[in-house]
Parts: sequence; structure tokens; C-alpha cells
Amino acid sequence: MTDTISTIQMKSALEELCDTIEKEKEYLSELDGAIGDGDHGVNMAKCFREVKKKLAEIPADDMGSLFKSVGMVVLNSVGGAMGALYGTFFLRMSQESVDKQELNLDDMVHNLQAAEKGILDIGQAKLGDKTLLDTLSPAIRSLEKSEKGGRLLPEALAAFGQAAKEGMESTTDMLAKTGRASRLGERTIGHQDPGATSCYFILRSIASSIKAQ
Amino acid sequence: MKKFINDPYDVVDEMLEGFLNVHSRYVRKLDTARTVVRADAPVADKVGIVTGGGSGHKPSFIGFIGDGMLDAVAVGEIFTSPPPLACFEAAKAVDSGKGVLFLLGNYAGDVMNFNLAADMAKAEGIEVAQAISTDDVGSGPKEESHKRRGVVGSFLGWKVGGAKAKAGGSLQECKAAVEKLNDNTRTLGVALSPCTVPAKGTPTFTLADDEMEYAVGHHGEPGTAKIKMMSADDITEKMTLEVLEDLPFQSGDDVAVLVNGLGGTPQIELYICYRKVKKMLDERNIKVALSYVGEFFTGLEMAGFSVTLTKLDEGLHELLGAPADTPYYKLTP
Repeated sequence: MTDTISTIQMKSALEELCDTIEKEKEYLSELDGAIGDGDHGVNMAKCFREVKKKLAEIPADDMGSLFKSVGMVVLNSVGGAMGALYGTFFLRMSQESVDKQELNLDDMVHNLQAAEKGILDIGQAKLGDKTLLDTLSPAIRSLEKSEKGGRLLPEALAAFGQAAKEGMESTTDMLAKTGRASRLGERTIGHQDPGATSCYFILRSIASSIKAQ
Repeated sequence: MKKFINDPYDVVDEMLEGFLNVHSRYVRKLDTARTVVRADAPVADKVGIVTGGGSGHKPSFIGFIGDGMLDAVAVGEIFTSPPPLACFEAAKAVDSGKGVLFLLGNYAGDVMNFNLAADMAKAEGIEVAQAISTDDVGSGPKEESHKRRGVVGSFLGWKVGGAKAKAGGSLQECKAAVEKLNDNTRTLGVALSPCTVPAKGTPTFTLADDEMEYAVGHHGEPGTAKIKMMSADDITEKMTLEVLEDLPFQSGDDVAVLVNGLGGTPQIELYICYRKVKKMLDERNIKVALSYVGEFFTGLEMAGFSVTLTKLDEGLHELLGAPADTPYYKLTP
């Protein structure tokens, strides 16, 4: 069993992510319609169609340029809070993985910590505010724990994906404290956050990258 | 969904194509990004006034590009903030060396993308400042007014910022003028029907025949409560009272009144509502110095309106009354 993710595997996982977003766009818009303006799925789909085009054009040379290409497209294709946050997510991942051909568990922890910091810097949301951070942060904490516990990368990624899923689900009972939904106050309780959900799709694809051929 | 569109994903680009054709005397689009600027940008020795946001608010934002108002607008998808590149290119295209003022409506996406753009602009040596409008009293308690949404009060902010810049104001003076306008402006909106984002295809909320969405946002965000239908006078009174109390506006104040249609309400109804606001202000000895009735900031085809009051001093009155020439707002000396 391998203990690293290759650039080819990551690229293939990101391609799969584009298909997932396309498939789930109505679901994401439906979640957003309950507590926002209902366009999250549409904008994610529009954005990741551009990402898919980009992925088809670029070689899988190294992780840094792979994440950078994706990040630049996400940042500047559609806009929205989503573009700024996910664009920053991939760009910070790229800064941590310049010239790397593969990523081990230690690399993954550093990459994702940098991405989390970037999102905290620009988004100004906190854990528990009912945002994508409620998916991202618990997943990264799980990965850190796996690293300390000396787990192998495949196991660590499986736990990471599971923590992301639980994080996403935890947003259902939360009261939105930031972003457009926060103006709805109590009316946001009982609805899973659309951003937390799209973040789960992204993290799930990263988690499954190690299984890609 | 019944709309006069083609591919829902092409709505903004196709709208822009038409708009640019019609208003080429005023505006042009940059080649580098989906950014619309004054035809004569950059105007020498003047602070650049830049805004941007999601589309679907016609005539905002691009309808107010021109002399005495906006210099550039970064154009986003429907109800989606524009990406940082579009905001950065806007700043670059209008900077004359006196700096650029970003005017935002306090939406998370706008703030993030304009902040990223400000970093890019500063890296190129462009001086950037920012002013955020927060006039919507329906979107948060007064103690947290910094979290409120910016809605149609932004239009008055663009007018004030644009006039100050045209009068030779520095970047900090333009910012201060817009912030003063915002501090003295309050808005509240109500809707009778939702709007439908073309690429989504279903309405943003549902209402029974006898219901209204109170304190609705101009993206068709659900408001704070669904309330029973009322007459024009009754709903206008309820909204105006809430606006009056929030600042509060008092006897002896001079004000600007703005009754804004949200996209699907005919002007005939807006004038009925305006008339009630005017009566209420007269009764309270609040002097209406400036009045605006019409569509300034819409939410696609949403039926509804908002009431805005701005407390004026001499400075704000003068800036609001200064000449402007844009596709959708003209004021001759």
C-alpha cells in the first residue's frame, strides 16, 4: 500500500470533483435556496466546468502547478464568496507544494493547514458560524491527529473524509453567524449549509485521490 | 420559469453586449476582464470611484457610470460578486494617480473579492480606500449596524462619492463623504413576489396570495417575517416608522426620500407609497429636500419596494444636488 499521493492521482481526483459538482448542482442550489439566494450550485457548476477545461489542457507535472492552475480558475472565473474562498484554498495548497511530485501525510497536513489559514484570513468566519470552515477545520484536525498517531496515509485520508462529512452534517443545527444567511437568524437552524456541503465534496475528492489509478 | 433569455448561463454577457451598444457614449468594456468603465477613463487628476457586484440589479450598477458618479464597475454573475481580477482591472483603468475608492454593499463575497483586488492594486502602486454601505435596517439590529446589508442607499453613496471626486476631493475626503452619507441613511424593503435567478429556474422564496415578505433583501433573500397583505398606506407607514425610529429622524431634520421599485412594481404604486411617506414626514415637521421615485436598485423581477431616508446637512445636500450625467441618472446644473 502506497503512502503518498501522486500528481496524476490528484489530477484525476480533481477531474472527478468537477463531475461531482456538475451532478450535485441542483442539490447545492436547493440547500442555498433555503437560507440564501439559491445560486450556489449554479455558480459552482459554472466554475468547475472551467476547471475541467483547464485540467484537460495542463500536464500533471507537479502538485504546485496543478493546484495553482485550479486555484486561478476558481478565483477568477465566477466570483462570489465561493470563488474567493475556494480560490484561496487551492492557491495556498499550491504555495505549500511547489515542485512536489507527490504528497505524503506530513505534506497533506501542511498544505491543508495553509489553506485553512488563508480561508480564516479572508473570510473572517469562525468555527461554528455555519460555514465551510465547519467542514474544513474538523477534517484537518482529524488529519493532524492521524499524523501524530502514526497512521498510514490511506487510513488518515479515510478518517479525514469522514470528519469532513460529520462536520458538514453538524451545520444543520447551527445558527448562521456570518455571510448572507446570517441575516436570517433562527430561520437558518435545521438547514445544512450549502458552503459546508460543497466543501465536503472538495475534501472527499482529495481524500479519495489515493485510490485513483 | 418564463423569461426572455437564451442560455441561462449567457444572461450577463448578452445583457452587457446590448448595454454597451446602447450606451457607448458613456461606457466601454475592458478587454482584460468583465469590467465596464467610463468611456473617457481615466479622468485626469480625479479620484476613481469604483464599485461592483452581482448583476440583476438594473439600472445598478453600470447604469450609473458617468460624469459625477461612477468611474468603473466590476460586473459579476447574477447576484454573485465579481472576481478579484475584474475589481483590480477596474482600479487600474480609472486610477489617475489620486487613488481609487472601492464602494461596497457589505456582502461577504464583495468584501472578500475587493479585498483581494485591493492587495493586487497596492502591489501595483495604486492607492486604494474602501467605504461600505449598510443602510438596510431590516437586516440586523442597530447595535450591529456594521453587519447590515447595503441596499439602494448605495446609489446615494455613489452620487456623493462621485460628486466629491469631481469637485477635486482627495481619496480620504471622498471616503469620508460616502461614509457620512451612509451613517445618515436608512432603508427598509418589502416584497409581494420573489425573483428567479435564470440559471436556477425557481423562485427565491414562496408567498401565499395574501402575504408579503417583510425586510426582504434585494437578491430576494427571505426577510425577517412573512406578514399579511396590507394597503399601500398601511405598509408604507409600518416601514417608514421603522426607518424613522432607527436613526432616529427628528422634527426639524432635512431629508432625502428615495422610494425604490424592486423590479416588478409599477411606478404608479411607487408614487402612491411616496405620497404616504411625504405626508408622514410633513406631520413630523421633517422637511423633504430631495425626492427620488423609480427603479434605482432592483432584484430582477421581484415585486416590491423600499423606503430610504437620508438625513441631510449642507454638505450632503450639495453633493447629492451636484450635476451628473450617466445612462440612468442625469442632473443638470
